[in-house]
Amino acid sequence: MTVLSGRDLPRDGEDLQGAALHGRLERTWGDAPGLWGWLTTTDHKRIGKRYIVTALVFLMLGGLLALAMRLQLARPESGLISPDRYNQLFTMHGTTMMFLFAVPVMEAMAIYLVPLMIGTRNISFPRLNAFSYYMYLAGGTLLWVAFVLNIGPDAGWFAYVPLSGPEFSPGKRTDIWAQMITFTEVAALAVAVELVATILKQRAPGMTLARMPLFVWGVLVTAFMVIFSMPSVALASGMLIADRLVGTQFYNQYEHGDPLLWQHLFWFFGHPEVYIIFVPGAGFVSQITETFCRRPVFAYPAMVLALVTIGLLAFGVWVHHMFATGLPRMGYSFYTAATMAVAIPSGIQIFCWIATIWDGRPRFQVPLLYVVAFIVTFVIGGLSGVMQASVPIDLQVHDTYFIVAHFHYVLIGGAVFPLLGAITYWFPKITGRMMGEGLGKTSFWMIFLGFQVAFFPMHLLGMWGMPRRVYTYPTGMGWDEMNMLATLGSFVVALAVLLFVVNAVHSLLRGAVAGPNPWDAPTLEWATPSPPPQYNFAHIPVVASRTPLWDNRHHLPVVTGLRVDDRELLLTTVMEARPDLREASPLPSIWPLWAAISTTCLFISSIFTPWAVLVGAFPVAAALTAWFWPKSPPSPEPVIE
Amino acid sequence: MRRRGASLMLLPLLALAGCGGIQTIGGREGREAALIDDLFTLFCIVTGLFFAAVMAFLFAAYWRRGGHRADRMPDEGATAPRDRGLRIALFAWTAAVIGGLMGLAVASFLTDRSLAYSTAAGRPVVSIELIGNQWWWEARYHFPDPSQNFRTANEIHLPTGSAAMITLKANDVIHSFWVPNLAGKQDLIPGRVTDIVLTPTKVGRYRAQCAEYCGLQHAHMALDVTVDTPADYARWLAAQTRPAAAPTTPQAIAGYRFFMTRQCSACHAVAGTPAGAGVGPDLTHLMSRRTIAAGTLPNGTGPLHAWIADPQGVKPGANMPYIGLDADELHNVVAYLETLK
Repeated sequence: MTVLSGRDLPRDGEDLQGAALHGRLERTWGDAPGLWGWLTTTDHKRIGKRYIVTALVFLMLGGLLALAMRLQLARPESGLISPDRYNQLFTMHGTTMMFLFAVPVMEAMAIYLVPLMIGTRNISFPRLNAFSYYMYLAGGTLLWVAFVLNIGPDAGWFAYVPLSGPEFSPGKRTDIWAQMITFTEVAALAVAVELVATILKQRAPGMTLARMPLFVWGVLVTAFMVIFSMPSVALASGMLIADRLVGTQFYNQYEHGDPLLWQHLFWFFGHPEVYIIFVPGAGFVSQITETFCRRPVFAYPAMVLALVTIGLLAFGVWVHHMFATGLPRMGYSFYTAATMAVAIPSGIQIFCWIATIWDGRPRFQVPLLYVVAFIVTFVIGGLSGVMQASVPIDLQVHDTYFIVAHFHYVLIGGAVFPLLGAITYWFPKITGRMMGEGLGKTSFWMIFLGFQVAFFPMHLLGMWGMPRRVYTYPTGMGWDEMNMLATLGSFVVALAVLLFVVNAVHSLLRGAVAGPNPWDAPTLEWATPSPPPQYNFAHIPVVASRTPLWDNRHHLPVVTGLRVDDRELLLTTVMEARPDLREASPLPSIWPLWAAISTTCLFISSIFTPWAVLVGAFPVAAALTAWFWPKSPPSPEPVIE
Repeated sequence: MRRRGASLMLLPLLALAGCGGIQTIGGREGREAALIDDLFTLFCIVTGLFFAAVMAFLFAAYWRRGGHRADRMPDEGATAPRDRGLRIALFAWTAAVIGGLMGLAVASFLTDRSLAYSTAAGRPVVSIELIGNQWWWEARYHFPDPSQNFRTANEIHLPTGSAAMITLKANDVIHSFWVPNLAGKQDLIPGRVTDIVLTPTKVGRYRAQCAEYCGLQHAHMALDVTVDTPADYARWLAAQTRPAAAPTTPQAIAGYRFFMTRQCSACHAVAGTPAGAGVGPDLTHLMSRRTIAAGTLPNGTGPLHAWIADPQGVKPGANMPYIGLDADELHNVVAYLETLK
């Protein structure tokens, strides 16, 4: 047992443990009671839960839009929804799902889980974390309020210029869309930075990079992808706003701008975005497979290398969204090769997961069922992705329902199925109660089968020539039956999602009490009570393997000596996770909320006048100054003796 | 098509893929479409095999749990002898994936090359400039003798057996030209000139549809493509090159006067008359077209009445305005338009 000694300050250790330690840590790490505590908290678990619930609400809203679209498309030449409303619907659906659900929910799961999985007491930069949530909430609210007021964006989630430019999208719709991007960019980048710092510096002693759970590896790769890709779309949307509001000409071909500049910048972000969604999903799959097969994931080094490879290749494939724009043919070949190459690390991962089932002792409970659904669905989506990597084939299927089928197989199969499995898996950790197995299985089968009925026919529709983003289609094209089938399938999925929610709510109130480790899982988050106390771990655990809870069934070694009268974290070295420094963790503060409110005022009013950027900078600066104002002398001794 | 159906996802559902259509990628009615369809079939077979392999492994792993498994607790590294077999399998699988992908990449590249060679193979016989507008297509046929040039809208005719070079431009936003039965798609981008070569091989009527989201009426931006025998094509060209005949019946003459003196001629052109505007479709041979308003309605007396009386009801957001013709004026204008054969 390592002991961090120091001067006569209260610390956890032999003299202070059990209930007495719990009381001290509760006082130090607890939030103020009531609303004030709710608004000022810097606890990664409280903010993570808020983030997750908000993202899931956006998932439901986006799903409702999808149902409306499916109703309109169920019959040819249907007059149910006007073209203007339909165009808003599909723009809102794509924007909500990509910017307000998929990326935030993955980051939200990471905010909640990563500090627990690596054995630390809070995320790095926890006030930035709170700020990030409020920015995300404000951006999502802006978009949805606009939609309800019938000024929702209608230029597609990809907002190609010149259609989204000042000439062809007058009014405020596209400005609201572009500014919502700014909000979510700020939020996503903030979280990415926190996660990188947390993972690299706050791992429990002994958790070398080679002992990190695969989900944490996935989050690390994802966070770096966010950091490198999001500035591209922030730049693109900033230039779009400038073109629209202050008369710049970045995308105006008549003034030596270029519409294709938008596409390059957008897809340089847009394709990594897909892997930003998939890689954490792969992390969920690894954790679930490991626990439910009672065997470490097969070929861990290969899995890690596969994740890193996907993260790197993600930045070399964006032009495959632009095969029809007439760029040089020879250059396209590079992007064909790079896109196909993504199938190599993906194929290795698929193999390793199945090999883990093969060699393990699998229990086919709901989370593992979602893994199986993931494998079946994601492989279909991956293989249709290989088809589209080919330039000639893409020239036929690009912008058809074949693509719609493909990316729903990849995104729902690759991210939403693992997410639903992950929610079922970590629900007892987060709430302290198990989710119902019977209702869980029912909704699983309905989601899985309903999904196939809803989306498989879209492959055929695409091959039969149905383009995307059409609000209606003529009779006699042979598309009627498959569209009706897709609509029926989508309603089965909707019903199943409703069942999932009913199950979650019922389990939250009446579910079986879980205990710290109901699944007999091997990773650190299961070493603390469910739900975890605010300080996460009474003593920081020490790790000697990838599966610490399996290898130390009775006594998880711990390190003691962190102060209990101050919020103190143990920092460790980047590679080997040797104890390095003690670091104070920020106290709760209301200023992140004020900073978010003033930034929101700045962003929203800048849609109406550029002067808002100038005037609005003052309240933002004031809030940030208060946020960073030093309130107490620094901790006396960040030294480990 | 049926081969593909069997291979793609191994579902009998796909046998339906065999049904032909005027807008389908399996049509093989052009040299380019046939080349791509062959490649598509190859990809379906190879990816289908890989899918079958993954599913077989998954099911085997699932069934195996009923078999003999030592009730051991897993240990770190897990380098038990049984892992050795899986490791060899992992290397073999990775090699198979890489090999399969390389084969597909080479096949794709070769197909792409042969598509490009259709441009290089001699001068295309037919030269068309196609311009995308919100939400209709303008086609300009160009000839070595410029007096032969003519314009039409929302339709093109092509002869079998010759390569047609189609130059693509856009007047407003990005559109995409796509005749799936003949070839892949090509975007029309404002400020850029792109092109595509079509080499139709089979007489028929096909449908093209804008494939890049271009605003409110993206769904109603279709183009009729008629592939004729060279002889029929020559007859069509000769007819299109002629200016419009003068109206003869009193009603058509009244419609003609209305057309020339009121709003219609501000946007539309009719060759051989004073109407020469280029904002809307050229109507010189309107009645030779199968559809109106870019494929929104079939062409004919009834639809023409509906379209002219209330364009915004038929195609909300279209640039053709509501004018408010009274009944006589409407009948007269339609009577005149029906002379534009």
